[in-house]
Amino acid sequence: MEQELRELYQQVILDHNKAPRNFRKIEDASNFAEGYNPLCGDNVTVYMKIDKNNIIQDISFQGSGCAISKASASLMTSMLKGKTVEEAEKLFNNFHDLVTDKLGDKPDMENLGKLAVFAGVREFPARVKCASLAWHTMLSALHNKNEKVVTE
Amino acid sequence: MSIKSDAALPSVNTVYDVNRIREDFPILKQVVHGKPLVYLDNAATTQKPLQVLKELEKYYYTMNANIHRGVHALSQEATEAYESARIKIKKFINALGKNEIIFTRGTTESINLVAQSYGRKNFNEGDEIIISHMEHHSNIVPWQLICEEKKAKLRVIPIDDSGELIFEEFEKMINERTKFVSVVYASNSLGTVNPVKKIIEVAHSFNVPVLLDAAQAVNHLKIDVQELDCDFLAFSGHKLYGPTGIGILYGKVNHLDSMPPYQGGGDMISKVTFEKTLYNELPYKFEAGTPNIAGAIGLGAAIDYVGKTGLDKIARYENELLEYATEKISELKGLRIIGTSKNKISVLSFVLENVHPHDVGTFLDFEGVAIRTGHHCTQPIMDRYGIPATSRASFGMYNTFEEVDVLIRGLKKILEVFG
Ligand SMILES: Cc1ncc(COP(=O)(O)O)c(C=O)c1O
Repeated sequence: MEQELRELYQQVILDHNKAPRNFRKIEDASNFAEGYNPLCGDNVTVYMKIDKNNIIQDISFQGSGCAISKASASLMTSMLKGKTVEEAEKLFNNFHDLVTDKLGDKPDMENLGKLAVFAGVREFPARVKCASLAWHTMLSALHNKNEKVVTE
Repeated sequence: MSIKSDAALPSVNTVYDVNRIREDFPILKQVVHGKPLVYLDNAATTQKPLQVLKELEKYYYTMNANIHRGVHALSQEATEAYESARIKIKKFINALGKNEIIFTRGTTESINLVAQSYGRKNFNEGDEIIISHMEHHSNIVPWQLICEEKKAKLRVIPIDDSGELIFEEFEKMINERTKFVSVVYASNSLGTVNPVKKIIEVAHSFNVPVLLDAAQAVNHLKIDVQELDCDFLAFSGHKLYGPTGIGILYGKVNHLDSMPPYQGGGDMISKVTFEKTLYNELPYKFEAGTPNIAGAIGLGAAIDYVGKTGLDKIARYENELLEYATEKISELKGLRIIGTSKNKISVLSFVLENVHPHDVGTFLDFEGVAIRTGHHCTQPIMDRYGIPATSRASFGMYNTFEEVDVLIRGLKKILEVFG
């Protein structure tokens, strides 16, 4: 496999694509939102249970999408369980920097941890939306906007 | 084409010398990610031969001027070139007269023109407009817009699992409330060629006019609008080896005559005062403003180019490619072809059990293979099959059997990685 391609499709991503974690519905979710990418038909619903101390007790997702978007949602849910709402927002920003690589915003690699596998996405402008769809949807769920997130 | 001793290769193309054809398309020599380009996205747009590119260059180098308004030499030359392109198109689809050939931006604009002009004049509350389940969004949305405005109802002919129209449903659907039928001649995502002649016959027995979206048909099927007896026909230049931004609306003269203008402006008038404006004669009534002059001339050149090889030969060759690709791709595990009609243009849509089309597209790109992934502007079809998207390989006159092999090898690699 070519280098760039291998960096995009790291083993971790392939694994999460094959066996996504937290791929289920939370029946008594306190927060949820739906995301949709009209360009490729990817759709994802993120469910969360947030307690009164603003801690994410449980988080899950359902939907269909490419390997990048499925792995991204899977890794996101594994990372956010047990985190506070503020921490989740911070991680959203770090992740956003990671995949878009805006000049001057050096992504906080330490905070990103396992999410660093998505750094390869930067080289594929057409795929950035795939990686970020779950995150945008999560943010919308946090604020319980319950409106459809659409990326294009 | 280097003939490999690969036993898998079929009796290599005997229809025409594809290498000779490839010489005419300089872009095919591009290298993508270090691999030779294998362009299999012809249903989205075809590449342009030198013969078309040279005409565009010649126009801008030697005769650029506005048309229909100057007495000077360049304007007359440009007008002549533009109008002679119209005559080429008239002959190409065997229209009765050149006043039935309207230059537009493409299929989309052609359909919108009919929906807005014919529809606004003739549709009323409670009327019914029939389209099919396999329409491109450009043959859905314009009708939705006018139906909403007129409180008319959009009705949809269903399709079966093979991707063919269920004709009996159409026969049951059409009635005295039906005011228009607009259907795709050949589907861009399934490949299905529809029985348009039969559809037109049934519609006409109810006195209902028919528009054919021929965007995917013109580069594959010989079209004779008089023989088909269609009322309108729309297509785009860029899918017929011509430039983007130019397309055609054919309409029967009696319809076009009775329809109000679509847009107002220069060229479409014969006399303007603030009290009243007299419209120009056909086809100029529908060509407001300075048109895409170079595009029209380029489309004329593309039609000449295609004519040199002959659409019948091109279709025969593309069918051989499709047959070969279908056979090879069917051997892959977990692959399902979407669109299995017996009568297809050279479009091959498929899904892999465990791999999303988006991933397929990115992997193939690294093999130099350009295919389309997504819903192909036909979301209702995706819903019909319960899938978010497909991968689609579509073949043009310059593709080769070896290129099909590159596609298959690429897909095998993907199956290994995701296996
Ligand atoms: C069947 C069909 N109809 C209509 C269109 C729209 O053509 P254009 O975008 O050139 O207006 C296309 C092009 O994708 C098509 O395949």
